[in-house]
Amino acid sequence: MTDQQTIPAAQNQQTSMASKRTGVDLAVRYGFLTLLFGLIAYFSIFADGFLSPYSAVFIFQSVAITGILALGVTFTLVVDGFDLSIGSTATSALMLSAYVMVVLEMGAVAAVVACLVMGALIGLINGLLIVKTKVPDLLATLGMMFLLIGLQRIPTEGRSISTGMTMPGGETANGKFAPEFLWLGRHRFDFFIDNLIPVSVVILVIVAVLVWVFLERTRHGRLMYAIGSNERAASLAGTNVNRYKIIAYMISGVLASVGGILLSARLGRGDIASGNNLLLDSVAAALIGFAVLGAAKPNAFGTAIGALFVGVLLQGLTMMNAPYYTQDFVKGAVLVVALVFTFVLTGRRGGSHH
Amino acid sequence: MPLAALKISGLTKAFGANRVLRGINLELRKGEVTVLMGANGAGKSTLVKVICGIHAADSGEISLNGQPYRAQTPSEAIHAGVVTVHQNINDGVIPDLDVASNLMLDKLAEPGSGFFLKRREIRAKAREIARSIGLNVDVTRPVGDLQLADRQLVAIARAMTHEPEVLVLDEPTSSLSATEAERLFGFLDRLREAGVAILYISHRTSDIRRMADRIYAMRDGEIVGCFDEKPLDYAAAVNAMLGHGITDINLDVQTPGAPVLELENLRITPQTDPINLRVHRDEVLAITGLVGAGKSALSAILFGQTRAASGQMRLDGARYRPRSPRDAINAGVFLCPKDRGSNGVLRDHSLTRNITVPFLAHYSTMTFVRRKAEAAATRDIIDRLNIVCQSEQDDIGTLSGGNQQKVMVGRWLSEPSKVLILDEPFQGVDIKARRDIGAKIRETAKGRATIVMASEMDEVLEIADRIVVLSDHAVAGDHRNKDLDLKAVLAEVAGHGRDAGSAGRAA
Repeated sequence: MTDQQTIPAAQNQQTSMASKRTGVDLAVRYGFLTLLFGLIAYFSIFADGFLSPYSAVFIFQSVAITGILALGVTFTLVVDGFDLSIGSTATSALMLSAYVMVVLEMGAVAAVVACLVMGALIGLINGLLIVKTKVPDLLATLGMMFLLIGLQRIPTEGRSISTGMTMPGGETANGKFAPEFLWLGRHRFDFFIDNLIPVSVVILVIVAVLVWVFLERTRHGRLMYAIGSNERAASLAGTNVNRYKIIAYMISGVLASVGGILLSARLGRGDIASGNNLLLDSVAAALIGFAVLGAAKPNAFGTAIGALFVGVLLQGLTMMNAPYYTQDFVKGAVLVVALVFTFVLTGRRGGSHH
Repeated sequence: MPLAALKISGLTKAFGANRVLRGINLELRKGEVTVLMGANGAGKSTLVKVICGIHAADSGEISLNGQPYRAQTPSEAIHAGVVTVHQNINDGVIPDLDVASNLMLDKLAEPGSGFFLKRREIRAKAREIARSIGLNVDVTRPVGDLQLADRQLVAIARAMTHEPEVLVLDEPTSSLSATEAERLFGFLDRLREAGVAILYISHRTSDIRRMADRIYAMRDGEIVGCFDEKPLDYAAAVNAMLGHGITDINLDVQTPGAPVLELENLRITPQTDPINLRVHRDEVLAITGLVGAGKSALSAILFGQTRAASGQMRLDGARYRPRSPRDAINAGVFLCPKDRGSNGVLRDHSLTRNITVPFLAHYSTMTFVRRKAEAAATRDIIDRLNIVCQSEQDDIGTLSGGNQQKVMVGRWLSEPSKVLILDEPFQGVDIKARRDIGAKIRETAKGRATIVMASEMDEVLEIADRIVVLSDHAVAGDHRNKDLDLKAVLAEVAGHGRDAGSAGRAA
C-alpha cells in the first residue's frame, strides 16, 4: 500500500531532476563545439582572409602532425595509461628516416618501414615495462622519452642530418631524401581548387576515422575502455588486460612515428631541433578532447576537435597580428578551460546522489 | 532512564528535488547501542553524513547534551565529541603510514601539536589504544600490510583516540569474520558501560541481535518505527523497514542431477587437507565459512585466476585446467566476484556495456559490435531481474547499490553456463534486493551447477539446496538444506572448537 504511494512520488522526483539537469547537460555536451563555431565566426568577421579554403587548409596542415600523435596518445589514455614518449618517438623517426636515406643511401620505402618498426618497438618496450615490470606508466614513458632524446643524437654526434654533411668518421654523407618520401610532405591533392590538400591532412583524416571506428564500434575498442574504467573487473570478465595495454602503447608508438615521418618529409632534412612542442601540443589536444560532447573520457572525435580548436585559435590570432610568443600561453589557457569544463561540469552530473 | 546524548528532531535534507530525509526524530542515549536499520536508499548514509558534519541539514534541530549542535565540518563534529567510522575502510586509514601514525593521525593534524614528530611518545600512546581495543598488531607495521579486518579495527581505534561521547558506526562488520566481529562487540560492550552513546548501522541480523538496545527502522527518509521493549522484536523492525512482512522462505530443495564439476584431492595450499567435492546439475550449493576459510581462494582456482597446489578438477567428466578467466568462461564456468566496486562495476559505463563485457564476441560480427543485439539482451536482463532504471543506456553509477548488484549478477545470467559461481552475491544489498537476487538465482538454476559463496548463515539458508562448510581451506561439513542441524553447521563453521581465530586468519 505504502509502496504504491512512494513509487509514483519517486518517479516525479526523477523527472523533475531530469529537466533540471538538461540545461547543464546541454552546456556540457555542446559547449565546446559552440565555442569552436563561435571562434570561427568571430575570426571570419574580424580577421581578413580567415574564411578562405587556403586558410582552412593551413589550419588543418598545422594541426595534422600533432593530431596524429594525439590520436595515438588517446589509445594509451583509454586504457588508463599515458605515453610521454610520443614527442621523442616522432623526432627519433624524423632522425631515423633522414639517417636511412642520407647516410645509408636507401629509398623511401626502407625509411618509412624502418620508422614504423621503430615506433612499434618503442611501444612494445613501453608496454612491457608497464605491464611486466609494473613501472608506473608516466615514469616508464618519461624514461623512454629521455632515452630517445639521447639516442637520436648518438649516430651523428648531435648534428642535424642533411646531404653533404660530414660524418663522425670523416666521410661525407652523399645520400638524398627520396622524391617519393618528400612527396609525403609536399604534395597537395586537387580538391575543387588545384594543389589544395596536403598529404598529411589526408592521413590525419584517415587515421582519425580509423581510430574512431576502432574505439567506438569494435569490441577491442570497447574492451580497452573497460580496462580504463576498472582493470580488475575487465580482467575478471575474461579480458586479456596485458595484451590490450601493450597494443595500446604500440599503436601510440606507430602513430607517433607516422607523425615523425610527415615532419621529416616536410622539412627535407634531419633537423635535430624540430618537434620540441609535439608532446605538449598533442597531449593538450587529447585532453581538450575530454570536453567535447561531454564525453569526460578520451575519445577520437574529441581529440580531433581538440587539435582543430587549437589550430583555429592560433591561426585566427596570428591573422589578427598577435605575436608568436603568445601562442603557448593561449594553448595553455585553452587546456585549463577545457579541463575545468570536463571535471567541474561533468562531475556535477553524476556526483550529487548520496 | 538513561539520558539522551544526541537528540535529533524534525531533520530534513534534500538534494535538488530528491527529499532524502523527511523529518527525522531520533534519540541516542548514553550507554546504549541504538541500531538503525533501513534498506539501501532509505537515507541512512545521508543521516550519518549530517550527524558527522559532511552535509548541512535543510531544517530541524540537533542537540548534544542539551546544547544545540551544528557541525559544519567533520573536524567540528569530532571536536564536539561526535565521532564517525565510515563504511568504506579505506576512508578511515592511510595505507602507507604505520599503525601508530594512523592511530594518532588526528592528534598530529591538530594545530599546535609541534613541528617535529615525537615518535616514541606516539608509539607508546598508540600501543595503549591498540591494547584497549584488543588489536593485536605491531604498531610499526604499515596499515596496508594488515588484513582487512585489522584495518577496520585500526579505523575504529582511530576514532577512539578522541574519547567520543557519541560514536557512529556505519556497517563496521561488513568485512569482518565472526570471531573478529566478536572482538569488536566486546570492545563496544566496554564503551557502552563507559556511557558512550553508540549509533550502529547494519544489515546483519547477527550483529543486531548481539548489540542492539534499541532499534530504529528507517524507510524512504523517515523513521517508521522505534523498538525498545525487551526482548527486541526484530521481525517487527524488519517488517517496518521493508513495509511488508518477511515470510519464511519455503525452499523447494531440488534433487540434484548428474555431477558437473568434480574436485579430486584438490589442495588450496600445499599444507591443507585435500578437498573432494562434486557439484551437480540443477543444484544450488552454498559454500560457507569464516573470512579466510578458503571460499575466495577456491573460487579463484575454479575460475582460473590461480592454480591449486595439487589435485585436479573435472568438468562434465573431462579434465578441467583453466589457465585464465577467459579459459574458464570459454569452458562455461562463470564467476560473479565479490566486492562489485573493485571487481565488477565498470564505472562511467552504461548498463549495456557492463552486462555484455564478458561476451562481446557473441555480440560482434568481424569485431564490430552489434549494438542493437546487445541492447536487446540488456533490456531482457533488466526485465528479468527487475532492475530499476530509466533505460539500458543509464550510467551504472546512477543506480542504487542493490540494483548495481543485480546488474553484476545479470551479467553472468545473460549467457547459459555449466557452472555459475557467485562469491558473496548479497554483500551490501538490502533484504529486498537480496530476496530478488536469490529468487532469480534459484529460478534459473535448472541445467547448470550453481555455487554460492556466502558467510552469512541467513543468506545460505535462503538460497541453498546443499550446504558445504569450509574451514581452514578444507571441507568441514556437507549437508542437505532440509531438517538442518543448524548448531552442527555453526560448530563446523567455527572449526569444531579448534582455535577458530587462527583458522580464520590462516589465509
